[in-house]
Amino acid sequence: MRQSELKTLALLAIAFATTVFSCKPKNVSTTTSGDAAQKVYVAPGKYDEFYNFVSGGFSGQMAVYGIPSGRLFKVIPVFSVDPEKGYGYSEETKPMLNTSHGFVPWDDLHHIALSETDGVHDGRWAFGNGNNTPRIARIDMKTFKTAEILEIPNSAGNHSSPFITENSEYVIAGTRFAVPMPDSDMDVPINTYKDNFKATVSLISVDKESGKMNIAFQILLPGVDFDLARAGKGKSHGWFFVSCYNTERANTLLEVNSTKNDKDFIMAVNWKKAEEYAKAGKGVKKSVNYAHNTYNDNTHSATSVMEKEVLMLDPKDCPDMIYFMPCPKNPHGCDTDPTGEYIVGSGKLAAVIPVFSFTKMLDAIDKKTFEGSYAGIPVLKYDAVLHGEVKKPGLGPLHTEFDANGNAYTSMFVSSEVVKWRISDLQVLDRVPTYYSVGHLSVPGGPTKKPWGKYLIAYNKITKDRYLPTGPELCQSAQLYDISGDKMKLLLDFPTIGEPHYAEAIPADMVSKNSVKFFKIEENKNPYVTMGEKEAKVERKGNEVHVYLTAIRSHLTPDNIEGVKLGDVVYFHVTNLEQDWDVPHGFAVKGANNAELLVMPGETQTLMWKPEKVGVYPIYCTDFCSALHQEMQGYIRISAPGKNVPLTFSTGTNQPKLEEDKF
Amino acid sequence: MKKYRFYSLALVAALTYACNSPAPENKTEAGSTTQEAPVGGQEAVQDNDSQKDVVKIAIGSADHTTLVAALKQADLVTVLSNAGPFTVFAPTNEAFNKLPKGTVEDLMKPENKAKLQDILEYHVSVGVFKPEMFQDGQTINQANSKNISLSVKDGKIMVNNQANIIASIPAANGIIHVIDAVLVPTDH
Repeated sequence: MRQSELKTLALLAIAFATTVFSCKPKNVSTTTSGDAAQKVYVAPGKYDEFYNFVSGGFSGQMAVYGIPSGRLFKVIPVFSVDPEKGYGYSEETKPMLNTSHGFVPWDDLHHIALSETDGVHDGRWAFGNGNNTPRIARIDMKTFKTAEILEIPNSAGNHSSPFITENSEYVIAGTRFAVPMPDSDMDVPINTYKDNFKATVSLISVDKESGKMNIAFQILLPGVDFDLARAGKGKSHGWFFVSCYNTERANTLLEVNSTKNDKDFIMAVNWKKAEEYAKAGKGVKKSVNYAHNTYNDNTHSATSVMEKEVLMLDPKDCPDMIYFMPCPKNPHGCDTDPTGEYIVGSGKLAAVIPVFSFTKMLDAIDKKTFEGSYAGIPVLKYDAVLHGEVKKPGLGPLHTEFDANGNAYTSMFVSSEVVKWRISDLQVLDRVPTYYSVGHLSVPGGPTKKPWGKYLIAYNKITKDRYLPTGPELCQSAQLYDISGDKMKLLLDFPTIGEPHYAEAIPADMVSKNSVKFFKIEENKNPYVTMGEKEAKVERKGNEVHVYLTAIRSHLTPDNIEGVKLGDVVYFHVTNLEQDWDVPHGFAVKGANNAELLVMPGETQTLMWKPEKVGVYPIYCTDFCSALHQEMQGYIRISAPGKNVPLTFSTGTNQPKLEEDKF
Repeated sequence: MKKYRFYSLALVAALTYACNSPAPENKTEAGSTTQEAPVGGQEAVQDNDSQKDVVKIAIGSADHTTLVAALKQADLVTVLSNAGPFTVFAPTNEAFNKLPKGTVEDLMKPENKAKLQDILEYHVSVGVFKPEMFQDGQTINQANSKNISLSVKDGKIMVNNQANIIASIPAANGIIHVIDAVLVPTDH
């Protein structure tokens, strides 16, 4: 490079830097409006207007915040163990994390779908996906606990999920990675991708009453990457739409090799037709192995069942079920508007936002306006299905949410902004910066037929300079905007746990009125429940010692236990006898190689402990329960196997001295 | 305009903190608080499902209207709605009636609030003492830091050789022992 060229480059760099930095807002007052503080201030003792269920990304959990305050209320353990709550550590909860690969204590939770009735939130369940070891979880919004986890076979990188149909008939789960299917040779060269790797989309039925999930059927598809999806609604109810990238079917350096085609696809699936084909016996039963884990609020225990079969539909046997709509470059978001007429693709690498028309799509299917086929599936002509394109919206369109007034809001990852545009004429109406690198957006009710509107929340990956620095890793964040007027107004940003990948928000009273305060002790069907202090006991079964222990303000019963021998395995079955809201008791024993228990009122939870040394070990309540919490303690004595110490237990009285123990 | 807003906020704050009565609704321009959370202490929490706490049980008892009125006058309702746990020795209305004429009326006067608090706290221990735990000659330190003494004879429990325990009622945050005489700290 010649020196003059270098000089020019340097000058350009300086000019660029100056522009960038002078554009950057200097302080809060330049970016938020004067009354922002009032709009997000929820006075002490007042409730927020919305619950915001936010995925924790690589934390594997789901977090619940209040909107507009941004206050964190709860982290619900879903796919990752949580020692704070004993989740994945207590004997009762361990089966929740069982998979065909054994116990998997972590996952990557990306998307949230709240249950719907007639296309509107009904406040019953929140679904979340595990990306890494494909799973779908169902959270009960009455208890804020994970009620069910279903593993998805024939899938890898369960990113395109969970997306829900308008009466929660199905949760849709599409695979990101194509993989060899289990009924063929699984041990194949990676470079035979195009021949041997397939993708699937699963339709998981949801029981109307219990919410229980079941894989109704899977659809076998060519080996593309599925990214995001939405079910149709209103007029497009009965269909769902999935964005696909890597139609190049590359298996290496996708950064380059999956970005060659100008257009990839949005896949349109007529699920009502698929349902008919499944009923008509068009599917083939495939042998698989996947875990189905359910938590029971009466036994306060999870069970894990291995399922062995799944019904697979092949589009070649099921005509008129699937169509591809060409979509500019590596689409990510695939969002249907509240009317169900428009499907918005967001090509991460495209300079436009394509908006497809459901009516035009049906027409094109009817008239067979195809431009060809892809792996035997008809590809519709782009122009025939397009409502129009939003021109020059910004850089890196990712994901779109909607308000109830015909407007759409699209996040721009590369240019760190939210763009508001009108669906009818595709005009950009407003744009606001985010700080920085926004992923998904959430408008309360935004993915439903009835957006509640008022706020928009942007979930940002990068927060350099937004908060006090905390070393190399900074928190990710949520940013709240007021969208009640023509212009979006930044109100607040607040830090989140993990990666806030996607979220849904729901009016508070739809959830709060159903919130469970405690579990009724008389309905406790845990096999190790202790129904009252008089029932407390310690039993030996071979080398297992079962301690039936109760907790109530402010003591444990029993709190003095002797006669346990080295080599025994101790099971503390702790029943919280409280029948009062917000009085959990915790339980821990010194040296236990797992975690504490956190036992809700009326619950029984079990901690397994293998003592490794002779001695006297303290046990105590870990959740500050009462004025005498610090007094809520006891001891368990571990003796050498040869020592003659009988098994005894007590609270409030001392055992007579033993011959063995004369000191 | 800004000034006006500041004053109205200050007024709201003043009203909120001045008393336990419901504060004016905090309506911001965006109407950010549509849901009313309880105001006041824990006694105001809406909860018809949980087991009743010692205060709720007393309020529900026709025999304890004097005690409840006194607890209110002494600002002890919030305290006793706490996680506790508490043992409350709860004199009946009849027990209060046994006091010299005018005693209760006198204690209920605002200027005697501290004295009333002291007497009522003498009826409360922090901790759960079930009847079967009482032993003859036992002393228990009460919330006002004075001791009570217990006698257990032929299954009958007496407090300070003066009050009989005539019933015991478990509560969410402790236990209530109904007694037939008011316990008076020795220095009163």
